[in-house]
Amino acid sequence: MPSATKLEQFVGFRERVEMLSGENVFACYQCGMCTAGCSFADEMDVLPHQVIRQLQLNNWKVLECNAKWICASCLNCQTRCPKGVDLSKLMEAMRQIYLRQQMDNLELNKYSIDQIRCLPQIALVASFRKKTG
Amino acid sequence: MNNAAYFPGCSLKAEAGDYERSAAAVMEVLGQPLEELERWTCCGTVYSLTDDDLMHQLASVRNLIRAQECGADEIVTLCSMCFNTLKRSKVFIEQDSARLETVNAFMDEEQDYEGGVEVFHLLEILRDQVGFESIEGKVTRPLSGLRVAPYYGCTLLRPREIGIDEPDTPTILQDFIRALWATPVEFAFQAECCGTYQIVDSPEMVLEKSHRILNSAMRAGADVLVTSCPLCMHNLRLCYEELRSSLPEKRELSIIYLTQLAAIAFEVETGELPTSMAKLVEGLPTSMELVP
Amino acid sequence: MNTSSENTIRIYVMGSAYEVPRGLTIMSAMEHAGWRFTRGAGCRSGFCGACSTVYRQEGDYRLRFVLACQTEAEDGMYLVQLPFTPAPRVSYTLAELNPDENVLLQHYPEIARCVSCNTCTKACPQDIEVMDYIQAALRGDIAQTASLSFDCIQCGLCSMRCPADIKHYHMAQMARRIYGRYMSPVTAHLEERIAEIEKGVYEEEVEALVKMTRSELEEIYAARVVE
Repeated sequence: MPSATKLEQFVGFRERVEMLSGENVFACYQCGMCTAGCSFADEMDVLPHQVIRQLQLNNWKVLECNAKWICASCLNCQTRCPKGVDLSKLMEAMRQIYLRQQMDNLELNKYSIDQIRCLPQIALVASFRKKTG
Repeated sequence: MNNAAYFPGCSLKAEAGDYERSAAAVMEVLGQPLEELERWTCCGTVYSLTDDDLMHQLASVRNLIRAQECGADEIVTLCSMCFNTLKRSKVFIEQDSARLETVNAFMDEEQDYEGGVEVFHLLEILRDQVGFESIEGKVTRPLSGLRVAPYYGCTLLRPREIGIDEPDTPTILQDFIRALWATPVEFAFQAECCGTYQIVDSPEMVLEKSHRILNSAMRAGADVLVTSCPLCMHNLRLCYEELRSSLPEKRELSIIYLTQLAAIAFEVETGELPTSMAKLVEGLPTSMELVP
Repeated sequence: MNTSSENTIRIYVMGSAYEVPRGLTIMSAMEHAGWRFTRGAGCRSGFCGACSTVYRQEGDYRLRFVLACQTEAEDGMYLVQLPFTPAPRVSYTLAELNPDENVLLQHYPEIARCVSCNTCTKACPQDIEVMDYIQAALRGDIAQTASLSFDCIQCGLCSMRCPADIKHYHMAQMARRIYGRYMSPVTAHLEERIAEIEKGVYEEEVEALVKMTRSELEEIYAARVVE
C-alpha cells in the first residue's frame, strides 16, 4: 500500500496537481454536474465534485481516495462542466503522483496466464497505462 | 478519400478481426479500399492526460510520422480508442511547438514530425467523404424492419474538440443505420461508458455498467446493437453472455460492429456473426423481393 | 589533456584510467589492463551475448551499447560490463502451449506496457528492430516477432534499458520456439532423413567411423567435399 509519508512530502499539493493537469481548480463553483453525470460515482468513496473541493482546500488526503483509480476518463464530466474544468485531468494528475513514486494500483505479478488469456490486449494496455508507472 | 493510411490497432489484428474484415469488404464496395499504414505501433489505447508526460505521446507521434513517411495526409481508424488517442495526441503535440521539438529531438532516429497529418474515424469518412447517400446506393439487401441501437460509448464523442459528433445529441450512427434501410433505436445509455479497461481488475463493476447499457437498448426495443469499439464489444458481449440465461427465450440482442451491419446490407464478407444475427439476416427480404 | 599517444589509448574501467595499446577489442584491452573475466566473456566471437558493455565516450551525451569482444576500444571510453540481466524467464511446456494470437501476451503481459520509445532498439548491439518485434508480439504476430528477433544473442541490454520493464529477449525466444514448433513450414527432406536414420540406413557407416584411428579420421576430414 502507498505510504502516507511519501505523499505528505507534497507541500504544494494543489499547485502540483494544477501543474500536472493544466487545470484551475478554483474555476469550479461546486454545482455538482460532474457527479450527476458520472457513470462511476456510485463506486467512489469521494464524489467527483468533492474531489475538486478538497483540491481547492489543498487537502492532500484526497489523494488517498479510490475515485482516482475508478475514474475511467469517460469525460461525461468534462463535456458537461459549465466552467470548463476537466476533472479527468485532475484525476490523472492524482494517479500520476502515485505512479511516479512507484506506487502502482495494479499488481501485474498476481495475474495468472489463464486470467490474462481472457483479457484483450486493448484492456491490458489501457489499464497498465492508467494503473502502473 | 484523400491520401489516407488505415491504422488498424492491435485489437483489429486479434479479437476484433471481424471488424477489420467487414470494414475492408465494405470500403472495397465503396471504391475506397483501406490501405494499411506500414510499421504502425500500438497507439497506447488511452490518451495521457498530464501536461508534462511526453513519453506517453511517443507512440501516437511515431504513427503520425509513419503516415508522413508514406506521403499520407490522413490516418483512418476503425477502433474508437485508437481514434481518440491518436487525435488527442496530435492536437496536444501540435498545440505547442516546444512539445513537438522535444518529441522530435527524443526520436532522433526518425524523421521530424512536421505536423498536419489528420486523424479520422471511419464513420467521419463515410459521412463526409463517401456520403451516406452513396452508401444507400450500394445497398443490395435493405435491412428493412431491423431495429438497431446505435451505441457510441465515450471515445468517439468526447472530448467535444475532437469528437465526431455533438457529444450529448449525436446523430451520425443513426444516419448510418438509416442509410442501410434499418431503423435506429435511440436509447438512454447510448453514450455511457461500458466500464472500459476496468475489466482487468474490477470485472463486476464493468459488468454492472455494461448491463445498464444492454438493458437500456433492449427496453427500447432493439434487436441489434452496433459499436465501433473493440473494448466495448468485449465488455458488452461478456455481459450479454451472463445476461442471456435470464432472458426470455425469444428476446435476443445481437451485438456487432457497425461495418458488419453495412456488410450485411452490401452482401459482402461480414466476418463471424452471432447466431442471433445470422437468424435475423435470414429473415430479411432479399433485394429481389423488394423489386415491385 | 592528451590521453593518447601514437600507440596507446586511455580507457576507463569502473572509473579507473588505464593506458592500453591501440587496436584491441574492448575485451582484450581490459585484459591487457589486468582485468580477468570470470563472468561476462564467453565465445569471444560475437555470438553468445555474454559481454554486453555500456560505455560513454568523453564529450558524448549518449550511452552506447556494444559487445566487448566485437568492438575496438577507443580513446576516452568510460566502460562498464553488464554480464547478467536480472530478467526472469517464464516456464512453459512448448508441446502443451496453445499457440493462439494472445500467447505471448499471456506469458509476458508487460509487453502491453510498451510506450514505443524505441530505447530497446537503440540499445541493441545486434541492430535488431526490437521495438518493432515487441509491437508485433503485442498484436499477436508470432511469425513477425520470430523473424525480426532472429539475430538476438540474448545479451539483455534491451531489458536493462526498457522503461516499461519488458523482458524482450526471453519473450522473443518464446516466439521463435513457438514459430519453430507450430508455424514453420515442414521440410520434406528432413522427414525422409529421419526415417532413414530410424531404419538404420547409416549405422554401418557410423560404425566404420567409430573404428577409425585419429589419423584416418583426419585424412577423410581433409578430403571431404565442401558444399
